Order: sequence, then structure tokens, then C-alpha cells
Amino acid sequence: MDIKKTALYRTHQQFGAKLVEFAGYYMPIQYKGINEEHLRVRQSVGIFDVSHMGEFFFRGPRAEEFLQFLTINDVNSLRVYQAQYSAMCYENGGIVDDLLLYRFPDKFLMVVNAANLEKDFQWIQEHLFDGVEFENPSQELSLLAIQGRYALDTLQKVTEVDISKVDNYWLTEGKVASVAAMISRTGYTGEDGFEVMLENSQAEMVWNAIMAAGREFDIEPIGLGARDTLRMEVKYCLYGNDIDHTTNPLEAGLGWITKLNKQQDFIAKQALLQIKQNGLSRKLVGFQLDGKAIPRHGYKIVDGQRQIGVVTSGMFSPLLKTSIGLGYVPTSHAKIGTDIHINIRDRIFPAQIVKTPFYQRDY
Amino acid sequence: MEIPNELLYTEEHEWVLVDDGVVAVGITDYAQGELGDIVFVELPGVDTEVKQTEPFGTIEAVKAVSDLFSPVSGVVVEINDLLQDKPELINQSPYDEGWMIKIRMSDTSELKSLMSPESYKKHIS
Repeated sequence: MDIKKTALYRTHQQFGAKLVEFAGYYMPIQYKGINEEHLRVRQSVGIFDVSHMGEFFFRGPRAEEFLQFLTINDVNSLRVYQAQYSAMCYENGGIVDDLLLYRFPDKFLMVVNAANLEKDFQWIQEHLFDGVEFENPSQELSLLAIQGRYALDTLQKVTEVDISKVDNYWLTEGKVASVAAMISRTGYTGEDGFEVMLENSQAEMVWNAIMAAGREFDIEPIGLGARDTLRMEVKYCLYGNDIDHTTNPLEAGLGWITKLNKQQDFIAKQALLQIKQNGLSRKLVGFQLDGKAIPRHGYKIVDGQRQIGVVTSGMFSPLLKTSIGLGYVPTSHAKIGTDIHINIRDRIFPAQIVKTPFYQRDY
Repeated sequence: MEIPNELLYTEEHEWVLVDDGVVAVGITDYAQGELGDIVFVELPGVDTEVKQTEPFGTIEAVKAVSDLFSPVSGVVVEINDLLQDKPELINQSPYDEGWMIKIRMSDTSELKSLMSPESYKKHIS
């Protein structure tokens, strides 16, 4: 299969990106280095190309009813120009994908993980109601993320829309560098920030305009490597790592988006109600590891010789300068302060369950 | 990409500087670039015996962990202690301050199996 390129492929090359295949696209994993890019976003502002993400549109008289059935959050509570974090689940409660849902006056936009795009498309097709127009314009749209404490100041310079009025998890339509775009106050870094969706043909121009606007704040392009370390410090789940078809949203700490008492029926409702009633057997927790080693996806969490859980994400935190990780442990071991052990290439390292997120912005 | 002429190389991207019967060992500029930001290095103690092509340590970068393979057989006579606190020296100065261990060779003929700078250049292109 041919590896696809985003509209910004050449731009990434010009910025010296290391481009690797990810979810069928050549994507920048890093430019100058993950640590430096990570700290740039934490301290000032960075710009990401996340055009590999999938975008679906839903229109028609039954779109809302369908999305209420398809997703686990409450779509009725979603106002026009508001965004909502949600997920699709299988009948047994396992997660198909996590996603963002945006309500426009005339349609809904769903942004899904690039790696799950085909699977999600199939899943939606299988359940689609009559009276819903379902479209997948993913390949025609570019998505840029501007993230960091100077994201607002940067983006404001290239748009006439007063984006300070767009609250967290709300969106607006307007021009960015004279190009029609959707601007949402969303992101995957734990910082303040915006995501801008626009047509491919204008992506390079808009990217360059934002780079120029952010120069006074030392804006830099940020790769997927730092995107991963940034999201981990704030315990945002990554599909394929922390959540997948074998995990349910309740044990993943996503109870807050699982609206079991919403009025309409939805896929997985019975299973999730049952899981809640039985009590959770395990939970996704954050831990900090002592010692010079990095916990990584798939490593075992052990208690003596016995495996009690599994690491789902791990890294050396560029900000905290310590090894941290996420993983599933039995509910009995999930309390903050509990000592656990991680098997790292057959050596056992002590670790401790800690409060998450590991980092919280202070502005 | 820097590939100094005075060094020998392995397929696993270690470099070797020969000084009589002792070799200094590190990883190449190419290797550190592929690994990205290095956060930990685990090296053997002095007096440890190492064997050609077998792992002598590990290197942890933000995105990946990788074994280090000994380019020759012998005994470790010195390690670069600075790397414990400053592993980033491997990224910043892979051929100089980022050296890892020195090995007293037990069989100098093993050097013949290492790559020349020209061969290594082909190997990574």
C-alpha cells in the first residue's frame, strides 16, 4: 500500500523533520528532538500537523439521534459550536475508538484516530440509520494544532475572530490567514491551545502564516514524538496503548464521558451498566518509577513473581525528569501511594501509584 | 552525518578507536540521531568480560530502548562515568565526550571483522 502524505509533507522536510510511517501517512516524529519540542510546548508555543486524523461529517434529520446511539457521551447536551470528548464502544463495552464530536448549525463533525479510520468507517456504516448522510472527507482536510501558553496570542494575530471568546471545548468558524477554517479550543497536550481545520490546498500557506505570527514567542514545529510525551504527562489516553477493544471506558478512567443515564439507548449500554454494577476489577493508573530505566508499553506490573497488571504507556518525562507510566492494576492496588513493581527486561524496579495528571498547567 | 576516518565500525552502529591493545567504544552519529534524545545508559563495571557481537549494555532513548553490542572481545578497563548524569553527551558528542567504555582486547585479529569508514557509510545509506 502506498504511504500517504499530508499537504504539509514538503514543509516538514524543509523544517528538517524525521518523517516516519504512522497510520498510513508519512508523519514528522520529530524535528529538533523530542525533549526540546516537549518543553517548547510547555513553556511557550508549538504547531503540530495532525492532518492524518480522520474527519467524518454527519448530516440529516436523524444525525443527532444516530450519534446518541453510536457514542457513549450525551449528544443532546452538546450545544451548537461546542465540542465533546467521547467514544464508540462494542456491544461488550470494549472501545472501538475515542473521538471528538463537534456540533455545527447544520451538521456534526467527528474527529477519530488515524490508525482506526477504516475500522471506524466500517463500524459506522454497519450501524447507520436511514436519514443520516455520512461523509468521510478526511483526505481533503488538514488539521493544525497550535498549543501552549502563547497559542492564543499567536493565532489571534492571523484571525479577525476574537478567539479569546472561544471557551475551552468550544469552536467557531472564521478566517485564519484569510482562509475559511474551523477553529476549536481543543488539543492533546494539557496546554491551552487551538485546532484549525481547513482545506488541504491552503494548509502550507496557513502553517507559514502561523509560524510567522508565533516567531516572537519562539514557536517551533512539534512532532508526533512530543505529542505522545505531552499527552502522557496529562494522562490523556492513546488508543492502541491505554485503551483498545479489550478495555472498557469505566476502567480506563473515562467514566466522566460514559453517560449511562442518558435518555436514549446506546450501543454497549447494557454491558457498561453490568460492569458498573459488578464493580471494576482493574483501573488505569499513573505511576512513577525509581531508578534509571523507562517503563514501556507491554511491560509487566508484578507483585513478587506474580503478574498483576500491564504497562500501557511509559516514558522519561521531559518536564518532571523522572520515569512515569500508565498501566492497569487490580482495583486493590489502585490507591495513590501503593507500591508496585515493574519488570523491565527481567529486572524488577520499584514504582509507586501517584496522583494524575502528572502535570497541570498553572495559567 | 559525521563518520570519522580514524575509526572502525560495526553493523550495529558502534565505533571503535584502536590504541595499542585497548579500544574505546561508542555509538555513531547516525545511531544517536536515529535513537533521538538519550536518557539513560547502562554500562558494565570495570573488569567485566565482554564478547564480540554480544550485548554489553543498554541505551534508553525517549522513544526506544536498544542493546549495545561489543565490537571486540576482552575486559572492560574503563567506563565513561560522566554518562550516568549526562547521557545527552552521546547525542551532543557521539565520537568524543560520548564515548562509553574501553576494552583491553583478548584477540586483536577480531578487528579485521569490523567495517572501514567507507563500508559503514554504505551500510547506512
